[in-house]
Amino acid sequence: MTYLPKVLMLVAGLGLAACTNPDRFGAGDGTGAGGAGYGNGSGVNGGYLDGSASDPRSPAYFNQAIGDRVLFAVDQSTLSADAQATLDAQAQWLMTNSDYLAVIEGHADEQGTREYNIALGARRANAVMEYLISKGVASGRLRQISYGKERPVEVCSQEACYAKNRRAVTVISMGMTS
Amino acid sequence: MTRLLALILAPALAVAGLAAPALAQDGPLRIEITEGVVEPLPYAVPDFVAETGDAAQYAQQISRVIADDLTGTGLFREIPRDAHISRVSNFSSPIQFSDWKAINAQALITGAVSSDGAGKLTAKFRVWDVFAGTELGQGMQFSATADGWRRLAHKVADQVYSRITGEGGYFDSRVVFVSETGPKDERAKRLAVMDYDGANVQFLTSSNSIVIAPRFSPNGSRVLYTSYETGEPRIHVLDVGSVQSRMLPTTDGVMSFAPRFSPDGSQLLYSMTRGSNTDIYAMDINSGQTRQLTTAPSIETGASFSPDGSKIVFESDRSGSQQLYVMPVGGGEPTRISFGQGRYGTPVWSPRGDLIAFTKQNAGRFHIGVMRTDGSEERLLTASFLDEGPTWAPNGRVLMFARETQGATGSSSLYTVDVSGRNLKRVRTPDGASDPSWGPLQ
Repeated sequence: MTYLPKVLMLVAGLGLAACTNPDRFGAGDGTGAGGAGYGNGSGVNGGYLDGSASDPRSPAYFNQAIGDRVLFAVDQSTLSADAQATLDAQAQWLMTNSDYLAVIEGHADEQGTREYNIALGARRANAVMEYLISKGVASGRLRQISYGKERPVEVCSQEACYAKNRRAVTVISMGMTS
Repeated sequence: MTRLLALILAPALAVAGLAAPALAQDGPLRIEITEGVVEPLPYAVPDFVAETGDAAQYAQQISRVIADDLTGTGLFREIPRDAHISRVSNFSSPIQFSDWKAINAQALITGAVSSDGAGKLTAKFRVWDVFAGTELGQGMQFSATADGWRRLAHKVADQVYSRITGEGGYFDSRVVFVSETGPKDERAKRLAVMDYDGANVQFLTSSNSIVIAPRFSPNGSRVLYTSYETGEPRIHVLDVGSVQSRMLPTTDGVMSFAPRFSPDGSQLLYSMTRGSNTDIYAMDINSGQTRQLTTAPSIETGASFSPDGSKIVFESDRSGSQQLYVMPVGGGEPTRISFGQGRYGTPVWSPRGDLIAFTKQNAGRFHIGVMRTDGSEERLLTASFLDEGPTWAPNGRVLMFARETQGATGSSSLYTVDVSGRNLKRVRTPDGASDPSWGPLQ
């Protein structure tokens, strides 16, 4: 009888850890990488969780050293010079590490209507995807999705937060067959 | 029957053409709903008579829900029961009009509730025009199972509202919405349905996937909604009775969202995104056959049919910002109808066909507004940090929408407002709530 609460607490603790650590796999919501053919990123990437960000082949390096996300101006999907520099490095990494696939998740801040923001997030994700393709990443390795304003990473209602929420995150996962 | 028609029709003729007859004090009982200021009509609803012992617990509750419905419109003011002089202890007894005149009750609602002992409740009622000393319309009765007692009350209130305003009612209706729990960055969303007043919440989905923007079918039997269940947003249709849903055969691997039923329930409008381009499509629900309605490289979404099914209104940022456009459903050139300052989205055609409700964003504020279908006579009804997604009451007189409060602890709630801009009210829901869609009068 006394084991049950402990098990529940452990499960709850794991759930919490996964949810409050959004930077490890980009947006941190496993909901994004559930598409057929992309495998379950967290499972396949499990071996790399302990890999250090200084290993240039590691997802941690991609997420932290290169940067898994680019930010956008209000209501825009244009890639800034900073964003292009990040994406140049992402493209290089993806071409070097050809076993990985990527889902590009587009997001919007809360200053917009829900459905428009889904379309706007798609525009942002597509801008990133097209850029990566233009730099040589095979289009078949990339997929885009938009969460609109459904998955903010920052919760204040000020520009400091909005700026971080207007983002496109490149979420990498090990390919099943590549 | 002749007397009933005279009572209902005569006032309509009497007030026709008046600019703002807030309340017709002279002549038969009547509220004309206009944009003018309304002095709420004083009415009394003594506790309904329990005609069987086991109906006692419902008799009082039913009269309270009737009062909540009527007073909640802002058009009626209840005279408290402790001010009543007469007691109504028998449904058939004559009304002592002088006792009700003395407390200035212009309308009086009397009723009785009985139970057949096998779980069926029956409520009957009469509406009285106190100062004319006559009955307004005819007595009616409704039956339901005991757990449907609130519906009995709503049906009575709809009749009273209808007889006094000349408008269709909306109390016996349901709203499908998204129930929200958790903080902004970890919000769990479930589809839920409730009575229009927030009672009887039932969940329709689990919170395993993001669900957004459910939309009732015209007869209330089905709900279209968008779910991230498969990874990307896809449109599903749910049967409210069986709570079974299926994904519609939109293109696999492609985002589809923003669905809305046609007036006959046979088709839906929706948006699909290819690359950076979002366009509007129509689908026949039974055959799954689709047709593309817009082709611009910009974002076209939020499409809604006119009630006659001949046109659609939608939002597009082809001009550089979100604006509203109307086009024939068969195709053709869209006409822009929004020209004010700011951005316009989520257009919804009124069930009466006369107005389009929308969300407007301007200077850091959000508004719910209405305009005529050619874009003229824009009126903003609300203003806040974030108001979004209006839906029409079945009679086209009231709008419900979601209001999100700002900051890290912000949460979303549902509100209603009259199309006049009066009577802004929060709808009580157990948790946070967003994306309401108002179903038909049942």
